[in-house]
Amino acid sequence: MQRIGDAPLVRRLLIAMAVGLSGLFLLLPLVAIFAQAFSQGVSVFWSNVSDFYTLHAIGLTLGIALLTIPVCLVFGVALAWLVTRFSFPGRRLLQTLIDIPFAVSPVVAGLIYLLLYGRNGWIGGWLDSYDIQLMFSWPGILMVTIFVTCPFVARELIPLMQAQGSREEEAAVVLGASGWTTFRRVTLPNIRWALLYGIILTNARAVGEFGAVSVVSGAIRGQTNTLPLHLEQLYQDYNAVGAFACAALLALIALLTLAAKAGLEWRASRREAFA
Amino acid sequence: MSHFVLRQSGSARVLPGFGLSMGISVLFISLVLLLPITGLFGQLAGLSFAEYWTIITEGRVVASYMVTIGAAAVAALINAVFGLLLAWVLVRYTFPGKRLLDALMDLPFALPTAVAGITLATLYSSNGWMGSWLEALDLPVAQTWVGIALAMAFTSIPFVVRTVQPVLEDMPVEVDEAAMSLGATDGVAFRRVIMPHLWPALVTGTGLAFVRSLGEFGAIIFIAGNMPYETEITALMIFIKLQEYDYVGASAIASVVLFVSLALLLAINIWQGRFVRRLHGGKA
Amino acid sequence: MSIRLQNIAKHFGATQALEPINLDIQEGELVGLLGPSGSGKTTLLRIIAGLENADRTPTPGKILFGERDVTHVHVRDRRIGFVFQHYALFRHMSVYDNVAFGLTVMPRAQRPSAQDIRARVYRLLEMVKLEAFANRYPAQLSGGQQQRVSLARALAVEPDVLLLDEPFGALDAKVRQELRRWLRHLHEEFNFTSVFVTHDQEEALELSDRVVVMSNGRIEQIDTPETLYRAPKNRFVFEFLGDVNYLEGKVQNGTLTCGDAHVAVDLPDGDEELLLRPHEIRLAEQPSADSHLPVTITAISPVGAEVRVELEADWLAKPWLATVRHADFNRLAMKRGQRLYAHLRHWHRFKDADAVQDASLADVS
Repeated sequence: MQRIGDAPLVRRLLIAMAVGLSGLFLLLPLVAIFAQAFSQGVSVFWSNVSDFYTLHAIGLTLGIALLTIPVCLVFGVALAWLVTRFSFPGRRLLQTLIDIPFAVSPVVAGLIYLLLYGRNGWIGGWLDSYDIQLMFSWPGILMVTIFVTCPFVARELIPLMQAQGSREEEAAVVLGASGWTTFRRVTLPNIRWALLYGIILTNARAVGEFGAVSVVSGAIRGQTNTLPLHLEQLYQDYNAVGAFACAALLALIALLTLAAKAGLEWRASRREAFA
Repeated sequence: MSHFVLRQSGSARVLPGFGLSMGISVLFISLVLLLPITGLFGQLAGLSFAEYWTIITEGRVVASYMVTIGAAAVAALINAVFGLLLAWVLVRYTFPGKRLLDALMDLPFALPTAVAGITLATLYSSNGWMGSWLEALDLPVAQTWVGIALAMAFTSIPFVVRTVQPVLEDMPVEVDEAAMSLGATDGVAFRRVIMPHLWPALVTGTGLAFVRSLGEFGAIIFIAGNMPYETEITALMIFIKLQEYDYVGASAIASVVLFVSLALLLAINIWQGRFVRRLHGGKA
Repeated sequence: MSIRLQNIAKHFGATQALEPINLDIQEGELVGLLGPSGSGKTTLLRIIAGLENADRTPTPGKILFGERDVTHVHVRDRRIGFVFQHYALFRHMSVYDNVAFGLTVMPRAQRPSAQDIRARVYRLLEMVKLEAFANRYPAQLSGGQQQRVSLARALAVEPDVLLLDEPFGALDAKVRQELRRWLRHLHEEFNFTSVFVTHDQEEALELSDRVVVMSNGRIEQIDTPETLYRAPKNRFVFEFLGDVNYLEGKVQNGTLTCGDAHVAVDLPDGDEELLLRPHEIRLAEQPSADSHLPVTITAISPVGAEVRVELEADWLAKPWLATVRHADFNRLAMKRGQRLYAHLRHWHRFKDADAVQDASLADVS
């Protein structure tokens, strides 16, 4: 079997270009992160990571991610179920609306939350009279993180559930299963890997969000500094090694995300091969 | 009577959970996505159109539009070519390390933008690995719009690769074979048979990459140098206004960015829908 | 243009898709490659087209179109027309552009003028009765129409040979019937050399001048449809070309016995298996001296000019299928559950693992 572009010379040239350019523009930065982080030895890296403010930033970042995931999960599953299992007017509109966070600049995302919930906003002002402050504290960070990450689970599930169709669920309902049983025993096993990948993506984005968070956090060291914000401050303070130590931690999460994705895809392709 | 109607509409849907999933989705979208946008318009409501116009057409702001749009356009063009090449190589050929290359494509999405930002800034600074020899060639990247375009291209490359890849995968072998059996050379077949299939995905992917680049912040500010009128992007303008507690100014500029992004997103969706319809039947 | 294949073999990894094959196809012939899936027929067709390469080791094969050696000629330079099972039309091009494609990609020196291309495309569209659809897109056509466009596209470049890979496989029965007749007609009118692949024996027998029956990467028999049906070379060919009924038993003194049934046969003593076509079974109300084969009708389905009758008996391992004429059906007033006696007009026997074929007449009554 031969296809267009299979001539050996063309093939080799294109592969060489693709590998070369990817190496230079994608792989090299990745290598540079770790090279910089360890440029003054492991002990300096370690003292940077175990610094109190860094540890606090790590804790806050993970906490925010942990709270974000369940919210995005419930919303993503509900929306995917809604748009793939029912047809109703406005279905396409919902699918377009869900893309808003992808299109909106993170800084703008942070700004609109700040305007609404800040002391001068109409909700924020009202809350302020009860002495509740959402902006420049962790609830604000959580809110913008949810805004930025909410499409991921739904976007992973919708194409899959669309492709699978609703025959199996219909069969379960005909056999007398309740709604929850149908979901748990029929739908969930079919979508669990996509769901897991959606969660991994949500997590990666939640941990790494910078623009939106930097608008609403106030970036107070030891209080509202997430890891990406902390990294920025270290970098601005000319502590490059410290900044790259934080960057290395975040890059590690990114690498784990990529590995998880590759693993899940490998699994899926193997299951397909056996089917 | 009302009971009867309710039962009927209920039985029309075989599967359960319509009310619940509709409730959660609409509530969430309203509260998380739509309500905050009203805050923006609330902020702008007190502004006359002339005042609004003055803010969004101020010289430094207009310069930032130019820098942002120009760099994003260059980044999108680079990605259209580079992304097409990568998608092609990943789908059509097998070679050692292919799975690794495939995994690497998602790196820019997985890597926090701030990490990408400081890394690119360090790599391309005048004493960085790349910057030092680019400087020797008299091609400074850091603190120029080239650096901004580079950071934008880095963060948005997966959009092109991941939209073109599945379309290329779904192209049946017979299309290639039909073209070859009719005597077409590789170049002609690529241009006249393969590209027309890829256009919609390529334009969609490039469009998404462009939209993303327009809003990118974290990856850019470290490498850009942020010189007013020269290397200042619009997202940074908003940020600066905020730090000066000029909420009105920030909102006005943000509304421009928001409007442009949403309009582009909508255009991409509509365009894609029309193209798909033509290829799968219906009126041409 | 004649096609000559010499010593063509093909491996996919460790599996042998084609054993070394020799095949001569005359100029103007319409040849069908018939076989079950996995028999190597599509591989052979694709090798003729140049879409696959034949093995170079241990001994390189050779493909000749007329006097031209095309073994190492790229598919784009072989001057073939190829029709795909799923049409493979270019979705983004109109019907007109699809048909014109092969002409417009010719090197400038050979390319006809725009006017000539236009004239030729419309002539072809007229031929396939689609001139009114020139500006439609493939997605707006039915399967049968798409396949006709695909054929016009393949013929536009005036190929030396036309190759068709299960051309009607994806169409429903009625359209298939119509297209078959139409292709036969087209072939007679233009007299191009064509090779087509099919797994449908009816299609192969109806369309081809000669049929190449294949199984397991081997050619089992090459013959005209009449010879093939009348004198199948081996059991595989016989079984593949139509419905088969089996009668197993022991022969002693010229009589084959099987349970309480027996029939006179002119065979030496020993275990035997006779093969019968449905039309080779005759049904009657009485047994005869030479034949005592009691059967019960279990199903009846009138199909066209004849009635298909399913027969069962406790001496039969698998039910038989017999075809009877409507006149006989009415005369015997056949109905389900009725007991009748079968008589054999003709039977076949293949002994020694596919080698010898021995059909003998046993016409009784």
